Amino acid sequence: MAEPATEAWPGDSLEGQIEQWRSYLRRRQAIHPVDVEELEDHLRGEVAALSGAGLSENEAFLVAVKRMGALDTISNEFAREHSERLWKQLVIASTGAARSVDEARNETIVVFALAIVAALAVKVPELFGLDWGGDDMPFYLRNFSLFVFPLLTGFFVWKRRMNQRTWVWLAVAFVAAIVFANVYPFKTDGDTEKLTALHLPIALWLPVGIAYAGGRWRETTGRMDFVRFSGELFIYYALIALGGGVLVAFTVGMFKSIAINVEPVVTRWLMPCGMVGAVIVGAWLVEAKQSVIENMAPVLTRLFTPLFALTLVAFLAAMVATGGGIDIERNALIAFDALLVLVLALLLYSISARDPQARPGAFDQLLVLLMVSALVADAFALAAIGARISEFGFTPNRVAALGENVILLGNLAWSTVLYIRFLRGRGSFASLERWQTAYLPAYSVWAAMVVVAFPPVFGFH
Amino acid sequence: MDINKDLVAASAASLVLAILSEGDSYGYAILKRVSELSGGELQWTDGMLYPVLHRLERQSHMKGKWGTSETGRKRKYYHLTARGKAQLAEQRQQWQMVDAALRNIWPSVSLRTRSPFLPMPSHG
Repeated sequence: MAEPATEAWPGDSLEGQIEQWRSYLRRRQAIHPVDVEELEDHLRGEVAALSGAGLSENEAFLVAVKRMGALDTISNEFAREHSERLWKQLVIASTGAARSVDEARNETIVVFALAIVAALAVKVPELFGLDWGGDDMPFYLRNFSLFVFPLLTGFFVWKRRMNQRTWVWLAVAFVAAIVFANVYPFKTDGDTEKLTALHLPIALWLPVGIAYAGGRWRETTGRMDFVRFSGELFIYYALIALGGGVLVAFTVGMFKSIAINVEPVVTRWLMPCGMVGAVIVGAWLVEAKQSVIENMAPVLTRLFTPLFALTLVAFLAAMVATGGGIDIERNALIAFDALLVLVLALLLYSISARDPQARPGAFDQLLVLLMVSALVADAFALAAIGARISEFGFTPNRVAALGENVILLGNLAWSTVLYIRFLRGRGSFASLERWQTAYLPAYSVWAAMVVVAFPPVFGFH
Repeated sequence: MDINKDLVAASAASLVLAILSEGDSYGYAILKRVSELSGGELQWTDGMLYPVLHRLERQSHMKGKWGTSETGRKRKYYHLTARGKAQLAEQRQQWQMVDAALRNIWPSVSLRTRSPFLPMPSHG
């Protein structure tokens, strides 16, 4: 940021100049809006005194600003006195200077109302005799995302003030999801039912994203924001779940000490209601803090990219050294899918945090190394599977895993090409970003195909 | 004359408390009073006063309160608390002790090094 020294200030009126000066102050984390007001009162006092002494308004302003001291120094002094301000920035109502307090309070009310609605929605099927934790658990597993994603989408539709034409389509998607999750006559304990439970959330994350991005879904930046949001939500959710685990342990333990068994309450109410409610509260927290706290996902990415690169290189080296191929057993494909997902996530969150203008550095080379070794490892795995696929047979699980592998591999392969081009100075980083965000719907479309087409194709087994 | 930064920092709290003991005041007026008391010699960077005020407020030596200025704008006034008064009394004693000690030594200090006609001591 340019330091507002004594150069000419835009805006010719005194008020305009003071407003500009205020905006510089407001950007400092350690200086709160009330402090800005206090400092402004001081500045006005000084300007008035200097004008009284015969200076023009303009001159008086410049001298007063100069006497106030360099912004960096003042900000540092404030930070030293209020060091907590550099930490505790998650004060929901008062952070965004532009947002009014009323608006923030409204949002809080809406969020908690939605979280409660989600928590109650999970319990509604019980009224119709569907037993949570018992024989009807497959019903809950298939429908779990449907208890909370529509509400989450509704929150963003409300917050972004989306027009009706768009959100009607989102509603149609959710209705279709409800139909496909529930009309098929799934066989008990069948693979296709588990695949539906696993893939429906992936498919439905797309309408959530469209609502999140508001009108910006077609833009790379809008989708990238959704990627950031998803990563942060995941981390928040994990943290809330951790806290929830502690709460559950305490609740059960304390009531046990007075000889009351609360486990039924915990497993039938606290856990399912908490699991859906936490999604909405987590999403709201991510929204509220996005501008004030450093994102965690890129930090974890930085930490783990070198470690995973090392692991993969060691794996390949060991494989070559021992001369053996990959011993493919039945579920190896899923493990390699997970590997690709992981590498792509590391790539995606490196991209999301990277300054697109920055020149290629050592970390970029490390990422490319990770991507190339993942590609090589996956190629070996695919070759081994291809040789034995007829022996294993085409079960729904295997076809789904294979399809995912192909989709992930396609993304990673082209990303690697684009990244290498960028490293060699032949391509821009933006093209890599564009490719990644353009590819996002592919995952949801494939997941939707698994949900819609697999059960009938494989006889609902 | 420029006053050493550490000395300014050490004396700032005492000066602010002492000025508030004359009556409630606000940032700009406190600064003007400091300048007046020192005959214009003691010039703080204006912005630096506020973190000092906030520290004293946090230590409950004074209490801030928003009011309105004569022009009708919002202004934060500070009021010395009982705790601040006690603190001021203590600091006054300490300063007087330092001042007394220095006063005793000044007559025997020769200021030769400032003379342009004598060579600087070679050591150090």
